Amino acid sequence: MSAFLPLPARPAPVRNRGALPWMRRNLFGNWPSRVVTALALVFVAWLLPQAVSWGLWHAVFERSTDACQAARGSGACWGVVAEKYRIILWGRYPFEQHWRAELASVVLLGLVVASCMRRFWNRWLLLGWAVGLSIFFGLMGGGVLGLVAVPSDQWGGLPLTLMLSTLSVAGAFPLAVLVALGRRSNLPLVRSLCVVYIELIRGVPLISVLFMASFLFPLLLPVGATPDVLVRVLAGITLFSAAYLAEIVRGGLQALPRGQLEAAASLGLGYWRTQGLVVLPQALATVVPGIMGSFISLFKDTSLVTIVSLYELTGALGLALNGDADWRPFKIEAYLFIAAIYFCFCFSMSRYSLWVERQLAQSKAR
Amino acid sequence: MATPPKRKWSWRSGAGRALVYQALLVVVLLGLLAYLASNTVRNMQARGIQSGFGFLADAAGFDISESLISFESIDPYWKAFLVGLLNTLRVAAIGIVLTTVLGTLLGVGRFASNALVRGACYAYVELFRNVPVLLQLLMWYLLLVEYLPAPQEPIHLLGDWVFLSKGGLAFPVPQWSPHWAWSVPVPSGFLMEGGATVTPEFLAVLLGLSLYTAAFVAEVVRSGIASVSRGQADAAASLGLSPAQTMRLVTLPQALRVIVPPLTNQYLNLTKNSSLAVAIGYPDVVSIANTALNQTGRAVECIAIIMLVYLSTSLSTSALMNAYNRRVAIAER
Repeated sequence: MSAFLPLPARPAPVRNRGALPWMRRNLFGNWPSRVVTALALVFVAWLLPQAVSWGLWHAVFERSTDACQAARGSGACWGVVAEKYRIILWGRYPFEQHWRAELASVVLLGLVVASCMRRFWNRWLLLGWAVGLSIFFGLMGGGVLGLVAVPSDQWGGLPLTLMLSTLSVAGAFPLAVLVALGRRSNLPLVRSLCVVYIELIRGVPLISVLFMASFLFPLLLPVGATPDVLVRVLAGITLFSAAYLAEIVRGGLQALPRGQLEAAASLGLGYWRTQGLVVLPQALATVVPGIMGSFISLFKDTSLVTIVSLYELTGALGLALNGDADWRPFKIEAYLFIAAIYFCFCFSMSRYSLWVERQLAQSKAR
Repeated sequence: MATPPKRKWSWRSGAGRALVYQALLVVVLLGLLAYLASNTVRNMQARGIQSGFGFLADAAGFDISESLISFESIDPYWKAFLVGLLNTLRVAAIGIVLTTVLGTLLGVGRFASNALVRGACYAYVELFRNVPVLLQLLMWYLLLVEYLPAPQEPIHLLGDWVFLSKGGLAFPVPQWSPHWAWSVPVPSGFLMEGGATVTPEFLAVLLGLSLYTAAFVAEVVRSGIASVSRGQADAAASLGLSPAQTMRLVTLPQALRVIVPPLTNQYLNLTKNSSLAVAIGYPDVVSIANTALNQTGRAVECIAIIMLVYLSTSLSTSALMNAYNRRVAIAER
């Protein structure tokens, strides 16, 4: 009779929480991974000191071209931002009136941020927008309350970028919803009209639409009536982004089960009430990421109006530096400055979109 | 036998209302079109603008800095537009290849086992897609023309084969002279002798567009791969496939079905964004049209040409990609 031999005890489980096990798994998991980690560390060790030395250590922060020239090649010249930031941010706006452009941008930005917060989602928000926009245009245009009038061709920089993007979002969204509904309409004529509009606009680049806005729109209107170039460009961007937005909204409409429409019909709801109360709230909620993405690209697209000679952020930078031979060599630092501004706006918009998605997922999970 | 009910055209029938609405729409549309057309004709008369495409046969009178076919300033406008079209197609075609390769690598990299690779791919995507492409083009152009060495002392990128300088990128091309041979660029003063050279404008447009679009392609690839259920990868692993084999043989072929339609959109976006070349002076079809517009004042015709070019490119690209999509989608049960 053989002796009783117990199996050897199982080894204690490997700790797989905390920083060290995480690093073991994600940085040194297998040989290729180890090699990549080592190479990346070497690369960072080589790059980081150079970047810090260029961007901070040897960088020139004072507004002196001589110091910047002396540091050329070894350090960045942030002096160009210190020297030119007012022209970059406010464009051709009269220098002594800059406080108005500043205040107007703050008002518009405040409105946008407030509209993003859940606690302000009520009917007062509309009133807030009406008041805020009047303050914005009052401040920018002047001519009221003793403010000097500033014609719109002198508006520029950040307020122009913000205005073009918010107003075209405000215009494009309702238009897009209508066009998306039209594309799924039962009326063949309405349907084909919407298809032609969407495919035509999506087939051409924004520049050609902007060229149209600046060269063709004046020809289409009665003789003598030439609306402001700002209004024309705004109309162009709105028409352009509405086509893209309409396709996104259509995606949401298609994702909705037919049963919803039938249920609405059996309740006796008409077309508009079906769409407004049943279809759109659900359809729009499913395509929030797409809608936000389209807003982000609209914001970036406003940079194109510089090609038809409007001095928004990108155009104002050219305005600030192209004519100034002393500072022009340091244009790349100024480019980095506005790239950072664009990045902050777009990145926070995409983070916000993730937050909205989480909110909607919660409401679905109930 | 029951006769089919006779249709009653009354306001109370849906079909009747539909007819009325559409008739109204037609009237409004025709009225609007007639109004706009009459305005345009009157405006053109008032401003003395000539119309018609007759100008296409006139001599262009401007030079084009780079062209795939020979072009001189005495050549007609239509040839200038052709040069522009070829330049647009050239930058778009090469850009699409570059952006596909880079975007796929970045998208697959988001699933790497190494956290640093994942992080780097994520950082790239966020950095490049959150800055306007126009700004990126301008920055690349500035970097190329300001910070590169003069053409006399170019950077030797690949020994004595490939050179990079303010004058552009010079590289060897095979050439038929008695027999096939490589024509290698040789720096001589301001110019390169032999080989082929692309201008900094072309390089800036190509780099800017490819790097920007690659960020979007990476997201498309990532979401495509994420759409393939985990069970597929687990099953592949249990068959003993390596992670690379799993990706190549199991995950990617299934992901392609999800990837292809949005990828088509990105290709079209790249082609349409190539119109931004006008901002840095690369002679694509938009900048040629812009020059022609300023010289002849024929806004309607020049803008119509731009739109026609892009519409036909867009429609043919999407037709091609739809055909490809049918082929990948066939694996559906």
